[in-house]
Amino acid sequence: MCTYTASDYKKGQPRWCPGCGDHFFLASLHKAMAEIGVAPKDVAVISGIGCSSRLPHYMATYGMNTIHGRAAAIATGCKVANSKLAVWQISGDGDGLAIGGNHFIHANRRNIDLNMILLNNRIYGLTKGQYSPTSPRGFVSKSSPYGTVEDPFRPAELCFGARGHFFARAVATDAPGTIAVLKKAYAHKGSAGCEILQNCVIFNNGTHDGVYDKAGREKNAIYVEHGKPLVFGENKEFGLIQVGFGLKVVELNKENEDGKTYTIDDVLVHDAHCEDNTLQLKLALMGNGDGFPVALGVIRDVEAPTYNDAVEAQIEEVKAKKPYHTFAELLETNDIWEVK
Amino acid sequence: MADSLEVKERESVVVRFSGDSGDGMQLAGNIFSTVSATVGNSISTFPDYPADIRAPQGSLTGVSGFQVHIGAGQVYTPGDLCDVLVAMNAAALKTQLKYAKPNAAIIIDTDSFGPKDLEKAAFQTEDYLGELGVDPDRVIACPLTTMVKDCLKDSGMDVKSIMKCRNMFALGLVCWLFDRDLEIAFNYLKEKFAKKAGVAEANIKVIQAGYDYGHNTHSSVANVYRIETKNKVPGRYMDITGNKATAYGFIAAAEKAGLKLYLGSYPITPATDVLHELSKHKSLGVTTVQCEDEIAGCASSVGASFAGALAVTSTSGPGVCLKSEAMNLAVIMELPLVVLDVQRGGPATGLPTKSEQTDLLQALFGRNGESPMPVMAAMSPTDCFDAAYEASKVALEHMTPVVLLTDAYVAYGSGAFKLPNLAEYPAINPPYVPEEMKGTWTPYMRAENGTRYWAVPGREGFEHILGGLEKDDKTGAISTAPENHDLMTRKRQAKIDAIPVPDLEVLGDKDDADLLIVGFGGTYGHLRAAMDEMRAAGKKVAMTHFRYINPLPKNTAEVMMKYPKVVVAEQNMGQLAGWLRMKVDGFVPAQYNEVKGQPFKVAELVEAFNKII
Repeated sequence: MCTYTASDYKKGQPRWCPGCGDHFFLASLHKAMAEIGVAPKDVAVISGIGCSSRLPHYMATYGMNTIHGRAAAIATGCKVANSKLAVWQISGDGDGLAIGGNHFIHANRRNIDLNMILLNNRIYGLTKGQYSPTSPRGFVSKSSPYGTVEDPFRPAELCFGARGHFFARAVATDAPGTIAVLKKAYAHKGSAGCEILQNCVIFNNGTHDGVYDKAGREKNAIYVEHGKPLVFGENKEFGLIQVGFGLKVVELNKENEDGKTYTIDDVLVHDAHCEDNTLQLKLALMGNGDGFPVALGVIRDVEAPTYNDAVEAQIEEVKAKKPYHTFAELLETNDIWEVK
Repeated sequence: MADSLEVKERESVVVRFSGDSGDGMQLAGNIFSTVSATVGNSISTFPDYPADIRAPQGSLTGVSGFQVHIGAGQVYTPGDLCDVLVAMNAAALKTQLKYAKPNAAIIIDTDSFGPKDLEKAAFQTEDYLGELGVDPDRVIACPLTTMVKDCLKDSGMDVKSIMKCRNMFALGLVCWLFDRDLEIAFNYLKEKFAKKAGVAEANIKVIQAGYDYGHNTHSSVANVYRIETKNKVPGRYMDITGNKATAYGFIAAAEKAGLKLYLGSYPITPATDVLHELSKHKSLGVTTVQCEDEIAGCASSVGASFAGALAVTSTSGPGVCLKSEAMNLAVIMELPLVVLDVQRGGPATGLPTKSEQTDLLQALFGRNGESPMPVMAAMSPTDCFDAAYEASKVALEHMTPVVLLTDAYVAYGSGAFKLPNLAEYPAINPPYVPEEMKGTWTPYMRAENGTRYWAVPGREGFEHILGGLEKDDKTGAISTAPENHDLMTRKRQAKIDAIPVPDLEVLGDKDDADLLIVGFGGTYGHLRAAMDEMRAAGKKVAMTHFRYINPLPKNTAEVMMKYPKVVVAEQNMGQLAGWLRMKVDGFVPAQYNEVKGQPFKVAELVEAFNKII
């Protein structure tokens, strides 16, 4: 088996703005692909339109930078027609969730074996600064000078609502975290949604500030890992416990406001493989604004039959059952008469 | 029933079966056409469905018809008006009479003309024949339901199942009228209901009863119509609808090219049968994906094409509106794709089950930018096979999306299809990038005919990125350079212009016609029949018919300018005429345009053309 380095997947000179989160993500993607080790000839990277959708041009693999919003649909056809390919879909929040929202949910529902990357900077960058479907209510932009009057999508909710079996999140500047998530996404058989939190230095600078640097993440993020207790903080001094239908942050080994003292044994243990997505969704929706850490890592990772495998299995099954396998044999299945 | 019905020796006869949507008129019609074809008559059929799934029983809006034209020589259309009308109930008689010739024989089930039936069909009196002005002497009035019930009273079947056999009684009666060999019908039913012997047996019994009824009550007229067979082309045949023939054409092309067939589609009338048909044939490896919308149908096909499949997307006009964006992506990425547009009445939802040719200009021009795309149109139900095969061949060999136009009339209609021998069909050779170009190849390098090479993922050393942005001619990288865009635009156009297309063939009085009839696609049969009729009346008439509309055949201008008068006849407001005027300097044809959602009527064409000539 060949071994590859990041440079085997690298091509060209990215044209993103200096400091754009896409640069960081691209470097992690190159590294992740080298570690995954699928030959560049067997990789297809398919994007839509937008700043982040330029990404395939910087890949030494097969790929397409297609049309706005359709990346998931195009990737679907690519994977179903040729399942040997490792197919990566790259979309921004506008491409993936606004114009491409329908394809996003249906790719998740069908569970096509795609690695679906959503680079979320909560803004339209390429068209120079309009609010996106992930911009928070009240967001001021060129197309919302008085603030938006609509609520945003939360990508995990869409993914889960569409019965997605995988959801992970990483911060673009966090290379180890991003690489780990990408490798897990590849290893997952089925549609694997990865939300990458990414800064737009020009039109939405600071949108992910709480978690964008290492120090911030230590305070404001929780790295979730299957089978491990959900603890966070510089010294892992905080944990998540379940109270009623909800989650709660507690400080460990100390008396909390409720008069109780909690230990590591009280802390919820993450179960990414749990079919029931209720608690996984709660993790995914945690936000700093509500006094919670932002969950990073693989939040949901449940095995399920993939669409492309099922298509192929059905073809084999029908081939074994039906007696006709060529066009000439197909003709013979009809009512035929002979004119002499 | 009068004794005055005579034996008529006829070149061709048209039979129309009509009844409620659930009355099985299509099955009766299909069996009748198969029986006739088996003895060597030529056939052409056309179903006429209501837009509603199943309107209330016995209502005027719920009537569906199935017309069969059988001929001694070649028949080109399902016929204008019928010689025999089968009306299974009062509503059918009322709505379908307009499709019958003034002297047509009419078969009715008197059991379905009770007071309630007449009320539902909005008759004012009980004298329904008088109200419609039908001469009772033309009517074969039989208590059909009573006789079917009687015939099957010992079968142990429930009433509902027995009622489903009424269509077979009508079929038996029609078979008697035409002196048809019932054995062929029996064999058909035995095969169709191979797993339900009881059903086959009951149907056979009822057909025989219908035949005997005709024979016994009208023994003085041994048979009413006799259609001899002439010009038989020996061979093995099947009855095929246009949609099925289209699906078969794609399957055949994929097999010939050695590629997986991928269909990305979304249900839409009248194209859905292609999705149905292809979905059945997984044993041939056909992959069909019923997508979330029309857009994904086309977009996923573009993805499948990139991945190395023969990619097809099927739809009707409203779907093409949605697909146009991804079609254009295939134009700039220069990937093979066949877009099937089974045209229906528009605009918007329009007339979903009816036929028009109103998408021609959409197919030619309905996209942003300079977006040249080959456009073809199938001429008849059976021609759909060759057209789909050729569209696939052009797409694969010239690395381009191709629009294949059929229409509801062609898609739903059927004809006798001589089983094709795939070995006799031309090879399909996509321009795969030669291995020796490794290291020097870039995505927009072209073969001599201007076609880009195809590098399917999985080949080492040919990794590349395509996309919707303009690319540099030499490097394949994104380029907005003015000269390069101009160059690439011209190269994409030149590639399409260079696609070899067969010359137009002129039929009829090709040397000295006073009038040339011009059409495209599904109107071939009607225009041909109109020409034949005019020539039989001593007129000098020729016709030519377009299958390839872009690029046009090389002799287009020569043919268009050769005759003193030209009429372009089409089921739109003049789209082909406009396209030809754009392409042929000084060409100003007469036009015959009709958008009624129904096939042309030969008699009306002849009348109109006689005024022009």
